[in-house]
Amino acid sequence: MSTRVPLPYTPKVLELFRNPKNLGKMEDPDAFAQAGSPACGDVISLYLRIVQKDGTEVIEEAKFESYGCAANIAAASMLTEMIKGKTVREAWEVEWQDVAEALGGLPPVKRHCSILAVGALRRAIRAYYGGRDRRPDWLPEGLTMAEKQALEEEEFIERMYGGRLERG
Amino acid sequence: MTSDVRRLLEAHGRPEREVYLDNENSGWVPPEVVETMLPYFNRVGYGHPSITNRPGWEAFEVVQETAEAVARTIGVDPEDVHFTHSGTEANNLAIVGVARANRSRGKKIVVSAVEHLSVILPAESLEDAGFKVVRAPVDEEGFVDQDVLAELVDRETVLVSVQTVNHEIGTIQRVRGLSEVVRDKNADVIFHTDACDAYGRVRVDADAIGVDMMTLSSHKILGPKGVGVLYVADGVGVEPVLRGALSSQPLWPGVENVPALAGFKRAIELAFEDFDGANERVRALRDRLMDSLLERVPDALLNGPRGEERVSDNLNLSFLHVEGEALTVELSMRGVYVSSGSACTSRILEPSHVMLAIGRRYEEAHGSILFRLTRYHTSDDVDYVAGQVPEAVERLRRISPLGKG
Repeated sequence: MSTRVPLPYTPKVLELFRNPKNLGKMEDPDAFAQAGSPACGDVISLYLRIVQKDGTEVIEEAKFESYGCAANIAAASMLTEMIKGKTVREAWEVEWQDVAEALGGLPPVKRHCSILAVGALRRAIRAYYGGRDRRPDWLPEGLTMAEKQALEEEEFIERMYGGRLERG
Repeated sequence: MTSDVRRLLEAHGRPEREVYLDNENSGWVPPEVVETMLPYFNRVGYGHPSITNRPGWEAFEVVQETAEAVARTIGVDPEDVHFTHSGTEANNLAIVGVARANRSRGKKIVVSAVEHLSVILPAESLEDAGFKVVRAPVDEEGFVDQDVLAELVDRETVLVSVQTVNHEIGTIQRVRGLSEVVRDKNADVIFHTDACDAYGRVRVDADAIGVDMMTLSSHKILGPKGVGVLYVADGVGVEPVLRGALSSQPLWPGVENVPALAGFKRAIELAFEDFDGANERVRALRDRLMDSLLERVPDALLNGPRGEERVSDNLNLSFLHVEGEALTVELSMRGVYVSSGSACTSRILEPSHVMLAIGRRYEEAHGSILFRLTRYHTSDDVDYVAGQVPEAVERLRRISPLGKG
């Protein structure tokens, strides 16, 4: 096995970086969340429009903003494409590995980009039901592994550098 | 089978216009330097410089003449010029070689906080062997203060290493003054300077700036990659770090990179034939780019000093609310090739230690972009870059959730 540092980017990442889909802020979203921190160099904002269809909640529209490297922008864009049209419950099941795979594979140094994207999604879904004050049966009470990983990404830099940071 | 990198390059495409400004990291070699190298691959001097046959002696002649060219430009004896295969190797030899040869005299090493990692990391690797490594802090423009440095030097100190010009932010250290205060404190200290980013831009006469050791690198003056230099003053103890078969030099084993040495020698001649004139032209181009970008791009910060204490070819700007690696990719697709001090580019997810040492916040370090010009750039190149950068920053700021109030 090669021990070289792998290429950080795939053609798919470059394509979505060049022409991101679902980019921009959404006015009056039904759900919104942000993951990451300016100090880490990665922030993803995710906006969802959720409608009722045949008695279930469906993500009609998903938009994002990203401060981060090209892989971060591509991961956020890819995630919004993957969840559009899905029920909220189906969207909850999307894992960061699915996003990484859809991008043609992300090397270890870029995996936090898809972790943050999925972290933002799950945070947005929790915010959605939190605002409605009802938790569906399928939504776990405690944090899932993916959410913990996103949190770890956010806390990583503070663990490394202590209290020297000013949060944006 | 098409490789991943081939597919990536095809997806990127070749921009219609290209301006390469990443000359700090590596770069383009002028055709006349390449032509000088070519005969040494297969017509002359293709032998081993320390073997007793004609192609070997031809190779030895290249080693010797290149050592003489280096020696003339830094005011030293050619006998004291040692070649390695890179600046990184030369810095490792300087730090580790001096520490090993002088360990009986003391076990403290002082390096500036903004040194190249090929100085800082070898120094820190010696901590396992009982050495104490202290990083001398710098001010917000990257300068080491004389009094602060003097305070850090004591009887235990064997080595001080402060670069002549910073590789990221272009600060020209007042090396002469620093070496004087160090010697006042402890006359036995060996003073090393990494002059890779100074050579060919500011005068680095070893005696005039008061150093015992100096590192240079061929590719930083538009020579080929694959040649580093360590000057070691007569009488300074250095132990070889690499061990191996014979070479024509005492401190470095292996076969000297003779074609690259021939190219390096030509690059030295070109850099020094119109030293002041070329640097003035580069400085004017750099200032044109700097003024234009600071005027056109809001929320941009200059990293490093202004004026005469900044090296002629360096420009380093932080563009707030965008991440530097994304900006390098965006600019690459526009044919503008630069690098960033962002954490993402470092592969260890930590922003440039130089940016942090001058007190930049993480967000500011993540948005830093390094431009380095050469005497081969034109004002058309600069105007093209000055047109592309604001558009690239603007596109990424539209994507970013930050900075929107």
